[in-house]
Formats: sequence, C-alpha cells, structure tokens
Amino acid sequence: MKFFEFFSFTDPNIRYVVAGSILMTVCSAVVGCFTFLRKRALIGDAVAHAVLPGVCLSFLLTGEKNPFVLLIGAFITGGLSIFLVEFITSKTKLKEDSAIGIVLSVFFGIGILLLTAIQHSGNANQSGLDSFLFGKAASILPEDLYSFGLVGVILLIGVFFFFKEFTLISFDRNFAEAIGLPVKMLEFILTSITVLAVVTGIQAVGVVLMAAMLITPAAAARYWTHNLTIMMLVAATMGAFSGIFGAYISYLAPSMPTGPWIVMVISMIAIISFTFAPVKGVFARLRKQVKNQKQITDENILKLFFQLGEKDQDFFTERSINSLLERRSMRRDHLKKGLARLTEQGFLAKTKDHWKFTEAGKAKGQRVARLHRLWELYLTQYLQLAPDHVHDDAETIEHIITPELESKILEQLQYPKVDPHDTKIPYKDF
Amino acid sequence: MSSFWIILTGALVAVTCSLLGCYLILRRMAMVGDAISHAVLPGIVLAFLISGSRQTIPMLIGAGFLGILTTFLIEFLHKKARLQEDASIGVTFTWLFALGVILISVFANKVDIDQECVLYGEIAYVPLDLWITDAGLNLGPQAIWIMGSILILVLITILTSYKELLVTTFDPSYAAAIGYSTAFWHYVLMSMVSLATVASFESVGAILVVAFLIVPAATAYLLTDRFGLMLVLAAIFGILSAVSGYVLASQIDGSIAGAMATMTGVIFALVFIFSPKYGLFRKKSQTDKTGMIIEENKAGISYKTQ
Repeated sequence: MKFFEFFSFTDPNIRYVVAGSILMTVCSAVVGCFTFLRKRALIGDAVAHAVLPGVCLSFLLTGEKNPFVLLIGAFITGGLSIFLVEFITSKTKLKEDSAIGIVLSVFFGIGILLLTAIQHSGNANQSGLDSFLFGKAASILPEDLYSFGLVGVILLIGVFFFFKEFTLISFDRNFAEAIGLPVKMLEFILTSITVLAVVTGIQAVGVVLMAAMLITPAAAARYWTHNLTIMMLVAATMGAFSGIFGAYISYLAPSMPTGPWIVMVISMIAIISFTFAPVKGVFARLRKQVKNQKQITDENILKLFFQLGEKDQDFFTERSINSLLERRSMRRDHLKKGLARLTEQGFLAKTKDHWKFTEAGKAKGQRVARLHRLWELYLTQYLQLAPDHVHDDAETIEHIITPELESKILEQLQYPKVDPHDTKIPYKDF
Repeated sequence: MSSFWIILTGALVAVTCSLLGCYLILRRMAMVGDAISHAVLPGIVLAFLISGSRQTIPMLIGAGFLGILTTFLIEFLHKKARLQEDASIGVTFTWLFALGVILISVFANKVDIDQECVLYGEIAYVPLDLWITDAGLNLGPQAIWIMGSILILVLITILTSYKELLVTTFDPSYAAAIGYSTAFWHYVLMSMVSLATVASFESVGAILVVAFLIVPAATAYLLTDRFGLMLVLAAIFGILSAVSGYVLASQIDGSIAGAMATMTGVIFALVFIFSPKYGLFRKKSQTDKTGMIIEENKAGISYKTQ
C-alpha cells in the first residue's frame, strides 16, 4: 500500500518533500492573490526568469552553493527586473506587456549564458545549479527546507502585518494615497515579498512554471468568493493540495517530474473552477443568460397581448399563435414555450389552442408597455433624442427597470399622459 | 564553415521572429507570443509520438495546432469565463508547458526531446544535422532550409497582405468597416508565430524565440513611427544580435542562444538610452512642451479659481 506508506509520513524524506512542496506552494498562492488583483500576474513570470542570472552571479562571485547566498543574488536580480519593467513602461511608449517580455527574455538569456559558461568551466561544485531551471521539489534536503522555511515565515508574517494596507493598494491605489498611506513604501514591501515568494517557489517547479504557482491558485480561488481573506485561504488550500499531490505522484513514479505535476493539478482545479463555479463559472453564466432570455420572451409576449388588447379595446380576447405572430415577429418555438410557461404561472389562460389574459397577466403586460413608453419619453425629453431613435433602447430597458426607478422616472416626467408617438401611457387605475 | 551555418541559422530565426514581433508589439500581444512559444511543447511531443520520428512536417503541424489552440484558450478564458487577460495567458501557457514536460517523461523512452533543449536549444549542433540527398549531394544543414522556408513564407505573407495586416493592427474597427476580417488576420498571424516558434525551437529554444520576437521589434519601435521602417530596423537589429551573440558566446564559452538573447538586450539598452526621438536623453523639446502645457494649465486653474 504505497498510499499509506506515503501518507503516514514515516519516511523522513517524504516528510521533507511534502513540507517543502506545501510551504512553497502556499507562499506563492498567498502572494499571488495580490499580484492577481493588481492585474500584474505576468510580472511574476518576469521575476521568475530574472532569478536565474542572480543565482549564477552569486555563485560566480562566491564560488559556493550556499542557499542563502544564492537567494540574495536571486532577490537582487528579481527585484531589478520589476524595477526595469516599470522603468521601461514609464520612460518609453512601450506597453507593459512588451516591457515584461523584454525583461523576461533578456534576463533569462543572460542567465542561460552564465549557467552554461559555469558548466563549461569545469567547476565541480556547480552541479545542481540547473535545479533552478526545472525545480527539484522531489529532492529537497533538510538544509534547503530550513532556509526556505525561514523565508516563507518572513513572507507570511509580512502579509499578515500589512494585510489591510496591501488589500487597499490592490483594490484602490488612489484612495490609499488620498488617505495618506505610504503607497510607494507599501508597494516596495509587497514587491519584495513577491520576489521572495518567487525565489522560494522556483525551487519547487522551476523558472517557466513559477508563473503558474502565483497566478493559477489565485485565479481559481477568485471564482468561489468575493472576500479576499477567504480567497487567500482557498488559494492556499488549493496550492497545498497540488503540492502534496505532485509529491505523491513523483513518489509513486520516481521518473515523473514533481513541478509539472504540481502545475498540472492546480491547472485542473482552476479549469474546474472556471467552468463549474457557482455564479462566476461559465456554466452558471450560461444558465443566467438562458434565464434572462426566457424572462425577456415572457415579458414581450405579455406586452404583445396588451398592445393587441389596446387596439381591439378588449383585453380579454382569446388569441391564436398566428394572430400573435402577425403583430410581432418572433421565433415560433420560443413563442410556444413562452405561452406554456405563462399559462403555468397564471398570467394567461388557455382554451384549446387559444390564449387570453388573466387579471394578473394584464397588470404585468401593462407594466411592461408602460415602462417602454416612459423610457421613450425620458430619452426624448432628457437626452434630446429623435422619437424614431428611442424604440430599440426602450425595448432593452423595459425588462430591467425596477419599481423604484419607475417611480423616479414618473416623478421626473410628472406623470405624463402620452409617449413621444402620442400613444397613451397606461396606468393601473385606468 | 560551422560558425557560418550557426550565425546564418541565428540570423534567419532573428529576421523571421523580429518581423512577426513588430505586429505582436503593436497589437499588445507580446506576452501571447511568449505564451505560444512555451505552449507548442505538447504539440511537438504528440507529433513525435504519432509520426515516430523527428520529421519536420508533423512537428510543424502539431505545433501550429497547439499555437492556435493556445490563442483560442486565452480568448475563451478571457471572454467566456471573464478571467482577466494577463491571468488567462499565465494559466494557459503554464498548463500546456507542464503537460508537455509530463508527456516527455511519460514517453521518455520513445521521445528523444530533452527539457533543457526545449528551453535553450542547441544551435551549436545545427551544422551537424545535414541534409544529404539520396544521390549523396550535401545541401547543408537542415535547419537552414526549414528556417529559410518559414522566413520566405512570412515575407510573402507580409508583402502580399501588407495593407490588411497593417489596418487590422492599427485600427480594427476601420478594418472591419472596409470589410477585412480581423479574426482571420489574427489567426493568420498567430499561425505564423506558431510556425516560426516551432521551426526555431529545435535550433534556438523557446527563450531565444521570445527574445527575438519581442526585443528587436521593441528596439525598432523606439526609433521610428513609420511601420515599414520599423520592420526593416527590427530585422537589422535581429541580425546584429545574432552575429554579436555568436561572438560573445565563443568568447566566454557559453550557450549561443543565451548570448544572442543577451545581445538583443544590450542593443535595446543602447537604443533606449540614446534614441534621438524616444530615448532617455532625447532632445528636451518634447518635455519642454509638456512643461509649457502644465504651466499654462496651472495658470488657467488659478485664473478660474480667482
């Protein structure tokens, strides 16, 4: 039973790997929420690529692979990359995405150049530097874990202490500035924390996939909640889960790369969130759209009955599908389904293949017609639009106006009698 | 002779990518180019598995398909799932790249591609992979022929559809009004980027492709406002980076692709600092003008508030 062997965590190696993976994924998921909300997700990608030359340079200067020394180098070039992206964007006409692309590819090119030069130099100490390229979550050593653990703790404490400030500059930078927060300073701290998270996380998944550890959990979590604290917890949980799962897979099949599996799992979670999340997911949106469409059809049918009733001066005539379609063109199947729904809801009464208004139906149809005409009048009076240009707009808005808005419009127009086409505006008391 | 082949390959990749990059930069799609260059990996692996060899045509098809799929996925996440654009790009390409690496490890014994090669290529081996006809005629390195054909394809497309590409890039609504399909030209461009990426991929790796796609075009953009000139300048900067990168690499015995990417950055930095029009030390006239406008606005405000 490999499953129990793994999840009992008796093997110290498994403990290190699992702890390391969780630590790295959680840190980047938490920080990623801020970069995501500030719409700077791809900056993380630039930082991740820029870490490589820093690592190589500090190795060239010191000649050893002390994780702390390498981290310092990585931190410096990572920070420099963010500064350069901002510098290029503000000083030239280049847009941010180009600036990110430039910084990312050039820094990485320099990194590869240095890395290969070090490898060719025959320095026996160099092996393992390339783990920054592809990550080495499966072979984390205790001393790595201590240094990354320390970085992770610093990072999480930073987020905890400045949580309110970071939230504010992520959502409304101008407001933060207006109430006198040291925005520049806070941005610098947040940037430093982001760089720390990247430098740590890169050990798990490597340069290319680091962007996923920042972006994907935050993007997925955003589909489940509007609350930042909850979003962070959800993102961290998703990240941790993918970390454990990646470690487990490479335990089952040692030839499997841990980093890509971690990314694969978190991507799957994200794709499920995008499609199936309630309210914000693709399916929920589609369902909402269909529902709105049905409501619009139904209201249009009731309005149609009302208009025909006005013409005949009798609101309770029975009408067939063909006589309805004569007045207003709509899809026959939509009309049929709408009639069935309205009959069921008690707005229409059905006798054989004819339908007629009930009292409730008449009231509702009258309201839709009234809103349509009121809006036409409002547009001609307040926006000076020509009377023959206002129909389409009214056709949309009549389904949206709330009773509160209706009374406001009535007040503004001082309870008018007729619309711009000299048609009577129907009121309840008529 | 081998240095000549390497530099020539580099230059061909550079020109192809720089030309396409001009469109990407102006369409604000630089990072989409980056995403495509990473996301073609699973396409290459699948093509390898299906065709069973490292033949060029299946790989081009596989990668072209993945390139289109990438842009489609990014659009889908952005438009249908309403995910913000930068995140759609990030999620899509990391996922596809991870898939590619996993496929490589699963089929490690069948697929002869290694991860490092994917990232920084092996342009140094280009001269070894010769195209020798059945009659025994040596036609030079295969990579030259592949890159050459892609470059010709790109050139023909740009020359014959110059106007369509230009108008859909600068003014999509006008383009739509005069009957050009923006979606069509978008996908034409994206397929060319995918083709260029995968063709360059084996020789120079994903990262140099990104560097050549974005940096020379951005450099040219800092020097001119005329699009035709921008294309020419970008190509020249691309070739310059390829040549100087080769020299740099042989000096310090490092990766040639890495050195070429480094040189694109060096040239960008020089132009960024010294460009007469948009550089850091450009003539003061522009800033003077803005300064004047600010002064006048201030005067206007104080007049109004009195």
